[in-house]
Amino acid sequence: MEALSHVNYWAAIVLAMIGLYAVIAPSNLIKKLIGLGIFQSAIFLIYITAGKVEGGTAPIIDAGHAVYSNPLPHVLILTAIVVAVSTLAVGLALTVAIKRDYGTVEEDEIDEQDRR
Amino acid sequence: MTEHLVLRVVSKLLIPPILLFALYVQMHGDYGPGGGFQAGVIFAAGLILYGLVYGTEAVRSVAPPRLLVVLACLGVLLYAGVGVASMIGGGGFLEYGALSADATHGNHVGIIIIEIGVGVAVAAVMTIIFTVLAEWR
Amino acid sequence: MVSLRNLLAAALVLGIYSLVMAALWVVLDAVDVAFTEAAVGAGVTTVFMLLAIAATGRHEKIAHRRPWLPILISLAVGGLLVYGTLDLPAFGDPEAPAQQHVGPHYIEQGEAETGVPNIVTAVLASYRGFDTLGEVTVIFTAGIGVLLMLGIIRRRRHAADDDARDRE
Repeated sequence: MEALSHVNYWAAIVLAMIGLYAVIAPSNLIKKLIGLGIFQSAIFLIYITAGKVEGGTAPIIDAGHAVYSNPLPHVLILTAIVVAVSTLAVGLALTVAIKRDYGTVEEDEIDEQDRR
Repeated sequence: MTEHLVLRVVSKLLIPPILLFALYVQMHGDYGPGGGFQAGVIFAAGLILYGLVYGTEAVRSVAPPRLLVVLACLGVLLYAGVGVASMIGGGGFLEYGALSADATHGNHVGIIIIEIGVGVAVAAVMTIIFTVLAEWR
Repeated sequence: MVSLRNLLAAALVLGIYSLVMAALWVVLDAVDVAFTEAAVGAGVTTVFMLLAIAATGRHEKIAHRRPWLPILISLAVGGLLVYGTLDLPAFGDPEAPAQQHVGPHYIEQGEAETGVPNIVTAVLASYRGFDTLGEVTVIFTAGIGVLLMLGIIRRRRHAADDDARDRE
């Protein structure tokens, strides 16, 4: 039990590593945005697990419950998810604009065209 | 998409309940899971489903982008306006307690109004983004 | 998601991943977050991704370049982060500092002060109302940004095309 007490952080770190790899390695810009999405969910996981209280329930006040999980991380992440989708949309719009101007969304080919 | 008869009929059945559910989520956010952010996204999802099946022209006729921009502005302004209204009522910015003689009641009223502002702004922005991306060719 | 060559498949797997995360949020007591994730991540994000892929092409052209350097960087960052977690409070610990700060006040006084039983809504709209105003402004700005980037430029390009045609 003791050895697994930090397993929530490690799960989030594994997700963050996958996300970081997916941002750095592919040359396709859409793939990089998917990587950013995975990285973001790793951050969400850290916040939500930090607010979880052993034996607690969802923070909606009800006569039948006494222990509630911390509502503050839920608030932060709830808004962060909606902000994430709108920033993702800005990223996608930028990618589409790059496709229009360069004719490609592969980073290597964009670099090549810039060097000419 | 004229040939997908099943999709057209099923989405025609589904869209009104989706929009109604968005309104329920909006107003029931005080007592259960939900609130302006979720309601806005669900309402936009209903319009997006309509656009995916019937084409963006159909969405344009229901929600013209010009109207959507006005609605997005109005949503943010409604939120900020409640803040200013509570300042006029004698409190600080966004201190809703000043909206009513009873502080708890004022808080509840303030929360409901700003949630409506959030819902309108989010629904309008999501629909704008969908229309712009879907019409890009 | 990361190794799929077909971008459409990658976007759909991202949507499924989001739905699984929504189920995880329910298990972790974050019902409001689960609701948002299910509506946003599994619904709207996937549609936006698919639309952008439709506009940019569905196949990734080039194989990943030199995968060892990114893998090394990710492993190094991961190792550092794991080292950083060793001092953090255990999962679900009710005595953790995060649980001692403002959380108890919200839970004990929230309903009495705002009349709203859902504490997440109360904190979102009332205690942290200024924060949420900022978030709504960010969303609004993002929507206007997309509109300016793709909507108006497109109109101008069409106008330029029309001018060119007129000159011919």
